[in-house]
This record gives sequence, C-alpha cells and structure tokens, in this order.
Amino acid sequence: MSLKEEVEILRQIPLFAKIEPSKIKLLAFTSERLTYQPDDFVCEQGDNGDAAYFIMAGEADVIVETPSGPLTVATLGKNDVVGEIAILIDVPRTATIKAKTELTTLKITKDVFFRMVTEFPEMAVEMMRVLAERLVRTTDDLQKAKEIIRKDSQ
Amino acid sequence: MEHNIYKYILRYSKKQQFILTVLSILSFPALYYYLELPKIIINQAIQANDIAFPVEYVGFEFDQIDFLYLTVGLFLLMVIVNQAFKYVINVYQGITGERMLRRLRYELYCRILRFPIPTFRKKSPGEIIPMITSEVEPLGGFIGEAFALPIFQGGYLLVIVSFLVVQNWIMAVAAIALYPLQAYFIPKLQKKVNLLGKTRVRLVRTLSDRLSESVSGVEEVHAHDASSNMRANFSNQLDQIYTVRYRIYLLKFVIKFLNNFIQQLGPFFFYGIGGTMVINGTLEVGTLVAAIGAHKEMAAPWKELLSYYQRREDARIKYEQVIEQFEPAGMRDADNQLIEPDEIPKLTGEMIASNIELSDDTGSKTLEGLSTRFNLNERVAIIGPAGSGREALTHVLARLIDPDRGRLMAGDVNLVTAPEAIIGRKISYVGQHGYVFNTTLGENLYFGLKHRPLHEKSYSGDAAQERQTYIKNADLTGNSSDDINADWHDYKLAGVENEEELNARALKILEMVDLSEDVYRLGLRSTIDPEKAPETAELVLSARRRFFEKIENDPSLKNMIEAFEQDQYNTNASVAENLLFGTPVGDEFHLDRMAENKYVQKIIEEAGLTETFLKMGYQVATLMIELFADLPPDHEFFQLYGFISSDDLPEYQAMISRIDSERLDNLREEDRLRFMSLPFKVIPSRHRLGVLTDDIEEKIVAARHKFAEELPPHLQNSVAFFDADAYNAATNLQDNILFGKIAFGFAQAADKIGAALAEVVEEMSLRDTIIAVGLNFTVGTAGARLNATQRQKICIARAIIKNPDILILNQATSSFDASTQTRLMNNILEDFKGRCLIWSLDHAEKTVGFDHVLIMRGGRIVEQGRPEKLKEDSAPYKELLAAS
Repeated sequence: MSLKEEVEILRQIPLFAKIEPSKIKLLAFTSERLTYQPDDFVCEQGDNGDAAYFIMAGEADVIVETPSGPLTVATLGKNDVVGEIAILIDVPRTATIKAKTELTTLKITKDVFFRMVTEFPEMAVEMMRVLAERLVRTTDDLQKAKEIIRKDSQ
Repeated sequence: MEHNIYKYILRYSKKQQFILTVLSILSFPALYYYLELPKIIINQAIQANDIAFPVEYVGFEFDQIDFLYLTVGLFLLMVIVNQAFKYVINVYQGITGERMLRRLRYELYCRILRFPIPTFRKKSPGEIIPMITSEVEPLGGFIGEAFALPIFQGGYLLVIVSFLVVQNWIMAVAAIALYPLQAYFIPKLQKKVNLLGKTRVRLVRTLSDRLSESVSGVEEVHAHDASSNMRANFSNQLDQIYTVRYRIYLLKFVIKFLNNFIQQLGPFFFYGIGGTMVINGTLEVGTLVAAIGAHKEMAAPWKELLSYYQRREDARIKYEQVIEQFEPAGMRDADNQLIEPDEIPKLTGEMIASNIELSDDTGSKTLEGLSTRFNLNERVAIIGPAGSGREALTHVLARLIDPDRGRLMAGDVNLVTAPEAIIGRKISYVGQHGYVFNTTLGENLYFGLKHRPLHEKSYSGDAAQERQTYIKNADLTGNSSDDINADWHDYKLAGVENEEELNARALKILEMVDLSEDVYRLGLRSTIDPEKAPETAELVLSARRRFFEKIENDPSLKNMIEAFEQDQYNTNASVAENLLFGTPVGDEFHLDRMAENKYVQKIIEEAGLTETFLKMGYQVATLMIELFADLPPDHEFFQLYGFISSDDLPEYQAMISRIDSERLDNLREEDRLRFMSLPFKVIPSRHRLGVLTDDIEEKIVAARHKFAEELPPHLQNSVAFFDADAYNAATNLQDNILFGKIAFGFAQAADKIGAALAEVVEEMSLRDTIIAVGLNFTVGTAGARLNATQRQKICIARAIIKNPDILILNQATSSFDASTQTRLMNNILEDFKGRCLIWSLDHAEKTVGFDHVLIMRGGRIVEQGRPEKLKEDSAPYKELLAAS
C-alpha cells in the first residue's frame, strides 16, 4: 500500500474529514503502519500508552480484565480509533486490544496526535463527538446492567 | 633514586661516558693537524717558504706539486677523520641518552605502580603524565652529552688556544682575556633564570592538572554555567605562565647580549693593541690576521660550552623536580612487587587483626586500635554507620593501604609483610567503582590471572633474533624483559588446566554475576574474522540455514523478515543497500554517501538509471518540501523521517522552484548530486513513497550484478558482498544469522524474529560460542562502551575467576538495583560457602545469609558474631537495623 492509498483511506475516517490533504499526508508518512496476526496484542491493559491506533482493515476485540476473567466489551472495525484514552489523559491502558482477524492499523504517536488536534479544532470536535457517542453507549450499557442486577436481586 | 643527575648518570652509564670521553680525547690530534695543515699548505707547499724541494718524506721524494697534493690529501684525510669522529661520538651520545631516558621513564613508571594509594588523592594524572612524557624528554639529550661535550668543546678550545700560544702568546692571552668576565657574570644571571624555570615547570604542571579537571568535570561546568569562571581561572594561569616566561626571556637575552658583546670585544682589542704593535713594528700583519682568525674559530666551542652550561642547569632542575615528585612517603619496596615466592601458600586458619591503626592524610584516625579474629572459612559481613572505618578496614585487609601500626595475620602468613605475589593472587578486592581497562571484555576478565609470563612463547628465525635484541635492550636499560606475547594466564590459580577450561569457567562466572545475557547480546553484535575463527563462522552459517528453515515453516514469521536474495529486490532495505548488496568496509561505499562515489555513478549511468534516479530525487524532494516545509527546524520529524535535514530544506526549495522537472538532464553538478543522493535513502516498505516501480527495481537488481562483476581490484576490499553460503566478515553475528532485513509494518516483528533467533541459538547450543565472541568485545576507554552496571559486574567476575582464598567486596554491588543486588549476593554467598568472603555492606538487613558479622563504629569493631544471635541481643546491630 503506498502513501497515496493510505491518505485516501484516512480521509474516509470522519475524524480527518476536514483536515488539509497535505497534513494527512504528513500524518500517514510519519505514522507506522502495522499489521497484526490474529490473536496478537495491539496493547495490553495496564501498559503505558504512547500511541493511538486507527484501524484500516480487519477487526479487533476490546477486552477488559474483570474479577471473573477477561471480558470482551466491544469489537472494532475499519475506520475506528482505539487507544486514544491513554494518550489523552495519561492513564495506563484501560483495556486490552487483541487482533480478531488479520488487522492493519496506523499507529499515531502522542506527539503527532496532539499536534493535529491543536492545529485543527475540527478534529478536536470530531474527537469529542466520538467520545460522546461512546459515553452514550456506555451509559446505556450501564443502565441495562443495573436493570439486570435489580431483576436478579428481586 | 639518585637525587643528583650526575650521580644518576654515573651510576648507570659510567662505561658509556668513559668511552665517549676517550673518543673525544682521541679526536684532538686529528683536530690539531686539521688546524695546522692549512698553514703548511700555504707557507710551504704553495709559497715554498723555509723549505727546499724536493723534500724527502718517509723514504719518498716529493717535488713541490707532489708535496702540495700530499698535504692537500692529508687535509682531506683529516676532514674525513674529524667528521668520522664526530659521527661516531654523536651516534653513541644519542644511544646513551635514549637508553638512559628509557631507564628513567621505566623507573618512574615502576614508582607510580608502587605509590601508596592515598597519594593519588593529591596527585592527578594531569600532573603525573607530563612528567614522564614531556618533562624528562630533554634529559635524554643532555645525558648523552653530559661529559663528552664539555671535554670535547673544552679540549677543542684548548687546542685552539695552544695553537694561538704557539703562534704568539701575547695574542693568545688577549684573545681569552675577557673569558673570566663572562665566566663570572653568566652563572649569576643563569641562576635567576633557573629559579624562574623551576616556577615555570610547576605552573605548567598545574595548568595541565586544571585542563584535565575541565575535561573530567565538563558536565558540572555546563550544569552550573561555570564556564566564565573556568575561563577566568584558566586565563589567570596562563597569565602567571606568561609573566614567568616573559621574565625568562628578558634575562635570557641579556645573557645573550653580554655573551655576544664580550665576544666582539676580542676583535676590538686585537685591532687596537695589535694595530698599535704592527705600527710600532713589533708584530707582523700576518700574525695579527692569523690571531683574529683563530679567535673567530674559538667562538664556536666557547658558545657551545656556555649553552651546555645552560642546558645542564635546565636538566638538573628538571631532574630534581621530577624525582622529588616520585618519592612520596610510605612507598613500598620494589621487592614487594618483584619477589616470586617458591610456593604460594593457601590462606587458611584464622584471620587475626590486632591493634590496627590507620590515619588519613589529614592525620585523623580512621582505624583506632582495631582488633578482630574470624575463621577463613566464613562469610563475613562488615556493617556500621558511614565514617565508621568500614571502607578503611577493607582497604587494609586487601592490603591496598598499609596500616600505620598493628599486626595482620591470615593463618601463618603475615599480611603486612607478604609480597604482592601472595596478596594479589590469594586475595581479591572490588570497590564501589571498579576500573575496566581499554581492551576486550575477556582481557579484562582475565586481568587478575596474569602475574608472570608462565608459558614462554617459542620463536624461530628472525623472530628469535628480534626477541634476543629485545631482551638485550631491556637488560641494558634495566627494563622488564618479560615477553608480553607469552601466555601469562595462571590457569592453576583459576583451578583449571588450559585455555578451554578457563573459558568454560568464565562462562560460569559470568552467569554468577548476571552478565551472560549482556555478553551474549554483545556477542551477537560483534564481528569475527572467519579466517581466525573458522569453526565459529561455520556454526553461524549452519545457524543461518536452520533459521531459514524455521522461517520457511512458520507462515506467521515468513512475512516478518525478508532475506537477501541475489536476484530479488529487497523492499525492506534502502536503495543503496540494494545496489551494493553487501556491507561497506571502510568509507569508500559509505551508505550515506553512495551518490558521490564515481564507481557507483558509472554503474548507475550504464544501467540507464541516471535519469530515473534524478526523477525520483525530484519527486522525493517535492514531497519532503510539501510535508515538512512548515515544521519548525528543530522538529524531531526531521531526524526521524527526513530525507532532507532542516538546514538543507531551503536549498531544495529553491532548487524545486528553479528547476523544471522535465529538464533534469541539464543540471548543475551540485544540483545533480543533491537530487541523486535522495533515492539512495528510500526504503520502499518503510517510506511507502511509491516512487520505485517494478521496472526500476529490476534495473537496480541488474545494476547490482554489474556492480559486483566489474568492481575494479582497488575497490575489492571496500565491500563484503552478501552471499547466502558465505560468512560475511564485515557484519555482526546476528545479521549473519538473519541474513535479511526485518520487515517494516509487522507488529512486534523484531521481538518475534529475536525469539526465533534465540530458539535457533538454543537448539544448536550456540550460546556459549556467541558469549565467547562477546568476550572479544572492546570496551572502550575506561569501559565507556559498557554501562556502569556492566563495568562493575565485570570487575566482580574478574575478582572471582582467580579463585581467591579471600574475596573482599567494598559495597561492590550498591550501585545495582535491588533485585540484581539480591540475585548477585545470593549467587556469591552460595559460591563462597566454606570460603572466606568479606563484604562491607551499607544495610544491616543484608547480613542474613552471612556466617559472621562485624559491627564497626569509630574505627573499631564494637561487636561481632552470628547474625541471628546479634539480631537478638546486640544493641548496635538493632540500631543499625532500625536506621536502614
């Protein structure tokens, strides 16, 4: 895959939709494209995070360690972004990301990521939208879980 | 050592000085005739005064012409004889001086090796080094001429004076009349110069000390903005030297002025007095002219004598000043290091120290009547608060420092008087920061086993002759004639029989000090000479084949490494590497400067790639400008990803706007080179620039073949080509096994390939071989290429490998992290079970596992016993435990 094709793929990601093509090119050029075999770990819960990953092909499971063992909380696919929390607020990785199929990601380091976000407010807004959506989904899940617990305890 | 340079000269070169003196005296008759003959030639042979031809000489008759030829011939003979004498005397002087210089340097060096260790706190290398290197250098020259020169020149002067006396004694007296004046004034002035000279030597020494401090402490200078202060300080020193030198010059030239003036007074008297006498008719003009000529002839030896006097004074001061520095109090006898006992006793029984006293250089006591005894089969810990004398005790026990008073016995051996041959072989010591020498890891490890040349090397033919000369020269100068090329390893001491077993033991010890993994890694990154180690090269090649198989059979690994294949473009290697298809040796084909190489240019041109490369260069430059143009110049991307440095970017920007992409065939030479240099750096799978098409790759592969085939003979050694079936001597073991490039874009590729490599190494039992290669790693100045932990570990391993009866560790592991420290401590404690280990520790809780504990306070041992017992009922122990 050449740089040009990568740029095309990146532009389809909503997060980058409004960014100048030359900046996307820089992003693609300075970011490592990594291919994972199924069952490879992209990152592990508790590690220090220094990069976010954009999924360009394949699927990945998001797994959280719970007292009752690992729990897959989501499966991500093309155009999704993972690992952004650890670089946004400097906490260890909150979940493990594992390749479900052969997975191709673009690894964007913390530096590049912040540079882009500060330079392009549109990207920050887009980021907020992604996070908000995720929050809605999480709240929803929480609601459902609470209901299940209430039913169980009755 | 002799305090007077003349005594020193006579002591070691009496014979040479005698020969030189005799040679000088023997040369005088020829010299006299050399002066006499011109007179005979002019007066008798040419002017035929007072002579009737033909003359009879030793039975032959000569007429005037023949007589002229005879005398001229004799004159030529005298010239030759004179010059021959000069040549022989000069060479012999030179040799004598050099021998003495060698002896002096050697003696001074031996003294450094015997200095009491606290001396080095006051003397820095910056002071010591110039003394042995530059300061004594002129002494060699002086020693050669010390006796011969005054005798020769003085005699020469005497010859001339006697010649003058024979001609006309009044003239002779007049000619030397003023010499006493010179002989009186010059030494007076010279004395002042000497004193200044002394100061100068001292100042220069301080200057070099300051210089070496600036270099060693440069971090502090930067960290505290102290450079102005340092500069001012240095300027101050230079000023002091300048002032002294200035005054020396003033005096020196006053001396010169006086010399010349007095010398010129001679003609003044000759013309005045002699002229009057000629006018009065009491002197012939010819005699006056001869006298003036002779006086001129005298000037040279007289000048020589005066300057000899100056040099002598200079040498005397230098010698005295140097010697003075090399006689610190408390220096051990030379015998202490040189004695080789018939048998090295084993230190067993009890260690008994009684009433040991030691003061530091300020006079305060660090050990005050310390007494203790413990068994030499116990592992002993020494604890105590800082300043309790723990360190001093380890130094005394290791005999690095002599106690001022007291008795120290290890079994039957009196440690205070025992020679270093016993102490240094049976006792090992490691301090907090051991020193690593600038040689290989292995040499450093075996440093403690090289006491004497044990297994002589046998020489034959020319080499034997050379060795004989070496021994002769060493003996003549009192130097060591031990053969540095002999096998010095004391295998017996290490408890092994031969080199092989020693290497096996080294592996075990490296494991013990937790260093094998590091050495293994260094080994992987080391190169070997396949001609010197054909077996290792063969093993590496079979490891390469094994690794190939492994990769072939594992689909998940297959993509992660791209092997070098003769006929295939390697997309994970740069264009430069693809074209060269080998490892550059030396700078000729440096990968960053391939474009400048004429042969590379020729190959590219012949492959029809020049235009393609220029186009690629243009494309790359355009892209780089587009991507990087508005980044700040110091942005890390330039370093990480840039083909073009931030400094060069504006240049390329100008080029792109100036040059039309369609007209690349008509470029200026420097523009051309700029564009050409860019494509060489492109790695297709890393940069994904899409500038390399299949067609170009094919052409590069073809050019690669041509490159190798047509390589001219003088470049044959500048590249080691990749060959799947041959060991590549220019690259390291790891790259030789992998024989390919780790692919970009695969997660954890390096780790997975590393794991596969480790498996191959494991399966083939290659680890020991690789560690052995790692032992050949050169560690750099003071071990700079190792980290501090590795340095310290190698020092500990060095102390253990010689199997000491007593191992003394002075907080030797305290710079390690906690887990390494514990691991190492357990390993060493285990190994020294039933042997003597003395370990000064900074924390009381670490004494668990020792057999015996000494608790120190105020330079004494306040309590000792088993750690479990002390833990229960010793107040000082509990106190220390609580403090840590």
